[in-house]
This record gives sequence, structure tokens and C-alpha cells, in this order.
Amino acid sequence: MSLLVAEGVTKTFAGITALDHVDLDVKAGEIVGLIGPNGAGKTTFFNCLLGILRPDDGRVTFDGKDLTRVATHKRARLGIGRTFQRIELFAGMTPRDHFLVAERVRNGRGALWKDVLFLGGPSSDENSRVDAMLELLDLSPVGDRPIESLSLGVGRLVEIGRALMTEPKLVLLDEPSSGLDRHETETLGGQLRTVQRERGFAILLVEHDVDFVRSLVERVFVLDFGTLIASGLTDDVFADSAVRKAYLGDIV
Amino acid sequence: MEKLLGAIIDGIAFGCVYALLAVGLTLAYKTSGVFNIAFGVQAFASGAIYYQLHVTDGWGILPAFVIAVIIVAPLIGLILDRALFRYLRSAPPMARLITALGLLVAIPQIVLLKFDETDAVNPTGIVPGGTVVYHVFGASLDRDQLSIMILALLVAAGLSLLFRYTALGIRMRAVVESPRMAELSGTDSDRISSASWMLSSLVAGLAGVLLPTVTQQVGDLYYTTLLTAAIAAVVLGSLTSIPLAFGGAVGLGVVQELLNRFLPTNSVLASNLRPSLPFVVLFLVLILSPRLRNRKELSDPLASVDPPPPAPASGQRSRELTIGTRAAGVLFCAGVGYYVFFHGNASVVGQAIQVAIYAIIFCSVVVITGIAGEVSFAQATFAGIGGFASAQLATSAGMSVVLTIILGGVIAAVIGALLAIPALRLGGIFLTLATYAFALFFDNVIVSLSWVSGGLFPIVAPRPQMGSIDFASDKSYLALCLVILLIVGVVVIQVRSGTTGRYLSAVRGSEVAAASVGINPMRARIVAFALSAGIAGIGGALLASYEGHANKIDYSATLGLFWVVIVVTLGPRTVEGAIQAAIGFVLFPARVLTDWLPWLINHVQPFLHVNSLPVATQFIFFGLGAVTYARHPEGVLEANKGKSLAKVQSVIDRFKRGSTPKSTPDVAAAGSSGSAL
Repeated sequence: MSLLVAEGVTKTFAGITALDHVDLDVKAGEIVGLIGPNGAGKTTFFNCLLGILRPDDGRVTFDGKDLTRVATHKRARLGIGRTFQRIELFAGMTPRDHFLVAERVRNGRGALWKDVLFLGGPSSDENSRVDAMLELLDLSPVGDRPIESLSLGVGRLVEIGRALMTEPKLVLLDEPSSGLDRHETETLGGQLRTVQRERGFAILLVEHDVDFVRSLVERVFVLDFGTLIASGLTDDVFADSAVRKAYLGDIV
Repeated sequence: MEKLLGAIIDGIAFGCVYALLAVGLTLAYKTSGVFNIAFGVQAFASGAIYYQLHVTDGWGILPAFVIAVIIVAPLIGLILDRALFRYLRSAPPMARLITALGLLVAIPQIVLLKFDETDAVNPTGIVPGGTVVYHVFGASLDRDQLSIMILALLVAAGLSLLFRYTALGIRMRAVVESPRMAELSGTDSDRISSASWMLSSLVAGLAGVLLPTVTQQVGDLYYTTLLTAAIAAVVLGSLTSIPLAFGGAVGLGVVQELLNRFLPTNSVLASNLRPSLPFVVLFLVLILSPRLRNRKELSDPLASVDPPPPAPASGQRSRELTIGTRAAGVLFCAGVGYYVFFHGNASVVGQAIQVAIYAIIFCSVVVITGIAGEVSFAQATFAGIGGFASAQLATSAGMSVVLTIILGGVIAAVIGALLAIPALRLGGIFLTLATYAFALFFDNVIVSLSWVSGGLFPIVAPRPQMGSIDFASDKSYLALCLVILLIVGVVVIQVRSGTTGRYLSAVRGSEVAAASVGINPMRARIVAFALSAGIAGIGGALLASYEGHANKIDYSATLGLFWVVIVVTLGPRTVEGAIQAAIGFVLFPARVLTDWLPWLINHVQPFLHVNSLPVATQFIFFGLGAVTYARHPEGVLEANKGKSLAKVQSVIDRFKRGSTPKSTPDVAAAGSSGSAL
């Protein structure tokens, strides 16, 4: 059964159709790619999935639940994690703090009266879960450094870890390789694969880097000018001449 | 029909007064990125100079105008740019607003050192024979009004053309968007920024000499009141559109005049709605305008190259030093406590009570500004709500005072949350303006209702009584206030280091990211607002009980602005900072300016003898102190404490290196324990 299903998602901005009846599905535990040239509507589609934009038509269901009127932060609690293209971290906090915040949201222990009664500090259970995540992502050495002092690649890992702390069933990755060099991208890809195998969540990857996509995903969807021009198994899609023309030029 | 037309024409004339300020304020925001709430006091400076030269000293109109508007006004702008705002171009918008707030508090007092505004009545405009009246469609316009209308129109049109058609206008906007980017593309940001400031200050100066003919007096409060109405128009233009700001201001003037003429003079609606119209309009525009919702403030795309703000001083010291400073702090407090309780006379005990109460109130600023990262100008109003509610419940309903103090806090918290729900969509400067509109509305309309403040005579607020303990004596009341301060302080520290503090700093760091892990940003901020308002309410109720009455001057919106200034200057992040601010707020006018500073001045040099400094100079001290906020967002005292602690730490390290391996500050422990009182 599919975890995330988008059916006929349509969005127009001032008469320009950014998305035209886009259908997409992600099954549990699967890695799916969404590619397309700049301006194809990838980010708009992403925002529709997350509730930042409301589609004009069509609907998004997650785990059998209609998401149309669900607020962004509630979608997160249902099990959709995400990362950002331009990284969004909590300024002034350490990676450990990032994970603690997410863990606290997940276990729902954060009531105001608990703070007042000296119960706001991290419990040993929370600490061990945070330590496990730092370990998993090889972030233990920098766990207590302020986030501003860390490199972009490490920042992306912290974002991924923060999303994973909420134990999502699906993680949306928004161009995780942007701003990273070839080596960093490969490392990130390797870590993603390991972590995904261990935790078994599904990934929807929006990405520019064709090699990165090919190395990770099983199925891929291709957007161009707001319409889905191809979808299917990765190798089949990349062999498709329409895709090569629209997106890849003749480089590949 | 004739009557209607007459009202509209009069309204337009009055609206042009707002328009001149609104256009100037928009210009300032557009070209400097600073929401210059000190614009009104800049105008006041020029108005005062013009009045002094032209009316008091008998200069001609032209030379007085040239000095006040053409020379001094741009000079003020130049000084502000060179000395302050130039260094704030990449600072967050909030830091710039706080700096302007400091100027708002300081500038009028600087002018008043030389200028006596109580005598400055019946000012004259800048055209000869200003009172010659023309009759148009049943409306009567004099030459002064006509000159305001014509100049407002010319200024608005000229500035609109400047931004649309000239390279200078485009450069000015580029420098505001990103000074570094503008420099990379070959624009001298410094020069453009100076030019911007001089231009907007020129408009302020022009407004300054024109407006007194309408208010009939040259006083800083008139300018600030007019400016509030102008802010509504500026917000209508989304802070950036000069034509919209102009139109909004004229429309506001017309509506106000229509209400003036056509509402029955004795109705409740007329007596309440008329004076409060600007605040109501400002508030409604803020919460209803869809364009302001989710609007990103101007922020420099290259701002991330700046280093992060420093951690509080308590986060950087080693265990030995923490124990040492805490022991010293406890000893010091014990010493002061011993002196106050056993040797202090009535005035010392009274001041100690005030310090404790204001420290509680200032803890509310720590919650909203230090933890949630928002600035509220309505803290005095929340304190007032607590004070009035507590006094009314105790006097009219005869409830136990201990209970009414708590209820005062609860009522303030509820109102704070209710205010927050519509206002929090805004965030940043707009949220601050909404709290300001609320404070002014409360000040001008709600407070005068007799079921709130008791009308002409303030309501009696008795001292609490708890079983057999009576807190009627000052020393016992001081003990009660200290206990409450301790509780509030511990709550604030726990909230900061607990879940709520973490969620709020996550929301502050990145709202979208916080939502992406499931935090509801709205809810987090509402909690902060309610908590902050509740703390202020309890403090306000204690203040009323201390004085025996709930006095409305203790809770005025202007005072609220000064509170923000003083807390932000002395340490907005910690409870310790709030206590320091309370000490400054109480002791500065009572001791420092009257005794300590004169004593110091008289003992270090023999030439000048000073008996006592005017109390108003505290506004200059702290107002100018607030301009350091941008450099030290953690507060001046906190910053210097950090520095001196670091020095002591290095001495300890050097000393220890002989016996044990090098000690490193225990960053991890400090980060998670949040141990700063």
C-alpha cells in the first residue's frame, strides 16, 4: 500500500500553472526521486505536500488520511519529516539541542507546568536516544558545538537527524546536495543509504544532481513545466528520450 | 451637503499633517531600513529650534527656517547615521528598532535641557500672515493649513518621483536591501546611507516647523501622538509605498473630522472612538491587512557572514568560577538584605520594595524579549491591567488581596494571550507596533473608564493579609515581594532551560524548521506572551498594593517604552539582568542623580559644584544606553561581566596550569543546565 499519494495536484499563481494535475506516490520504506529542471514546479509541489501552499485542486493523502486541511506542524507529527534546500537550523543551538527539541516534540512531554516544576530538563531516555542519533550520523564529535561553527555538509546531516528524531515514516529531502562538492555529496549519499536501511523510512528526494539520484533511488518522477512527463523505474526513465531532451540535454 | 464638503476639506487639511509625518517615516524606512519611531522627536528638535529663533529671539522667518530645517535637521540625520545607524545596517530589524526607541527616549530630554516647552505656545508657521483665512465650500482654511497641504503634496510627489525615476533612489533602496551586495556592485553604501538619513531628517525638520500651528504648542508629546496616527498610514502603505501612506493619512484625517462633526457629542461612542481612532485603525490595519501577514522583513542575504551573538556570561565560566561568583553574589545579597532589614530607614525600605516589584515586572520583559525574541511595548499596560484588576476586585468585590494579586496576573495573562492570537501572525516589527497600538488604546480610552481605574480618583489597593500575617508594614511587604520575586525568577529560569524555552529558541532560530519537526510556532509564542503578561500583571498588582492606589501614571504607555529601554540596556536575557534593570530604574532617579553622581563630580574636581542632576537626565543616560543594544544584544552589563569573568578565568587557568592539566570551560554542562541567575 502506498504511504503518500498525491492525486491531480494543481496550483496556479496569477494565471501561470505551476503544477498541472500531478500524480505521485511513495510506498513505505522506498526511496523515490523527483527531478526536473529549474522552474519545473518541484518546490511548489513540495510546499503543497507540506501544507505551506494549499493546492487549488487535487488532494494529498498520507497513510490513508486526507491532508488537505492539516496544518504544517501537524503533518510533521503524523510522520512527515523534511529538510530544506537553503538549510534552516536553530541559530545559537548545538546539534544535541536540535535533536532534543525534536525528540521532545515526538514524545509530547513538553507542557509548561513541567518546566515550572523543574521537570523540563532532558531525561536519561531522551539523552540516550539523542546520543544514538549523533552516533548514527557520525556527529558525536561536534554534538556540543554551536551550529554556526559547523560546515554546510554537517549542517545538512543535522537537518536530516533532526527530521529523523521525530521517527517519520517519510522524509522529504529538498536538494540535499546543493552547495556540497562531489566528495561531500558522495559521503552524504552513503550515510543516507546506511541510515535508511537501518531505520526503514521512505524518502522522497528532490534533486538536481543526476548521478546522486541514480545512485540512491529506485523509482523516479520527472516534472517539466508543471506536468509529469515520465515516471517509473530509474533506469527506464533515464533511458526515455523525452526525459533526456527535456531535462538532461544530450549530456548523459 | 455643504456641511459634509466642509468637513471633508477640513479633514484633508488635517490629514496632510499626518501625511507629512507618514511620508517622512516611509522615506526613512525605505532608505535606511530603520522603523524610525524617533522621527517625531527629530521633528520636535527642529520645531523647538524654529520656535526659539523665530518667536522667542525674534529672527525673521527665512533665517530661522534655514537654520532649523535646512541646516540642523539634516545635520542630526548625518550624526545619527555616522555615529549609529551606519554600524547597524546588517543588524537585525529589531536591533534597529530598539536603537530608534532609545533615541525616542533621549532626544526630547536633550532638547529640553535648553528649551522650555511649557512657554512655547501660539507658534507661527512658515508663511507670513499665517492666520489669514480663506473660505472654501463652507470650510475655512488659513494660510498655515494651506502651506502644510501644499508642502505635504510636494514632498510626497517629489519623493515618489525620486524612487521611481532616479539612480539615487534606486541606490538608496539597494543599500537598505543589502549594503554588502550594493557595495559589491559598486555603490558607496556609506555615502548613500548618509544621504538617505539627511533627506529623511530634512522631511522630519520640515514637519517639525509646520505641525505646531495645528497643535498650538511645541511639545514632544504632540509630535509623538501625531506620529502614532502617521504610523497607521505608514502601515497601510506596507511601510514602503509613499503614495499609499499619503492617501492613508489623508483618509484618516477625513474620517476623524467626519466623526468629529457628525457623531453626537455626548455619546459613549463619540467620547471614546474619536480620540482613539488612530490606534484602533493602526491595530485593525495590522491584524487585518493580508499583505502584512507572513511578510518577510528586510534582511540582508549576506547577514550570515556575521558571527553569532555571544552566549551569556554564565555559560563560559568554569565550575570554580561559577561557585566563586555565586558565593560572592549570595554574600552580597545577604549583606544588602541585612542592611535594609535591620539598619535601613523608611526610604531605603521603600526603594527596596520598588526594586523587588520592578524586578518582577522586568522579568516579563526577559520572557518576551530574552526568551521569545519579540519586543513588546505593552508591558506597562499588562502591569496596569494586573494593578487595576487587583485593586477593583479587592475594593469593590471585597476579595482577599493575596487572591486578587494572583487574579490580576491571570487576567493580564488572558488578555495577553487574546492580544497575541491576532497579532502573532505578524511577528517582528509589526507585532511590536500592534502591542504599541494596544498600549496607546488602553492608555487613552480604557484607563479613563471608571470601572477600570476608578475615574478621577484612583481606586484604593489595600495591602494583602494572609491568615494572621498582615503585610501592612513595609518590611513585611518587602519580604513578601522578595518571595514572589524568587518564585517568578525560578519560574523564568526553568522555563528558559525547559521545553518552552527550547521550543521558543527553535522558533526564533527558524520558524519553518520548527514547524517541520512538529512545533506549533503560534502556540509557543502565545504561551510566551501569556506568561509574560501574567508576570507583568502580578508585578503591577504588587505595585498598586505598595502605593495603596492603582495609579494610572505608573502604567502609562510612555513609561512602558522606557522599561523596554532600560531592561534591554542592562540585560534582557537573564533574571539577573531584570534585577539590575530594576535597581537602575529605582535608584537612578532616587539616589544616583541626586546624591551619588553630584558627590562624585564635586570630589574629583574643584571647579564645578553640582547640587543635584535633573531627574530627566536618566532618560538621556538610558536612552543613549539602548543604542548599544545592537552591539551587545545580551545587555551592556552582561557583556562587560562576560569580559571580566573571562579575564579572571584566564588568571585561574594560568594558576592551575602549574599543578593540574589545563582546565577548559565546562561548555556542555553550562549549555544544558542553564544556570544563570
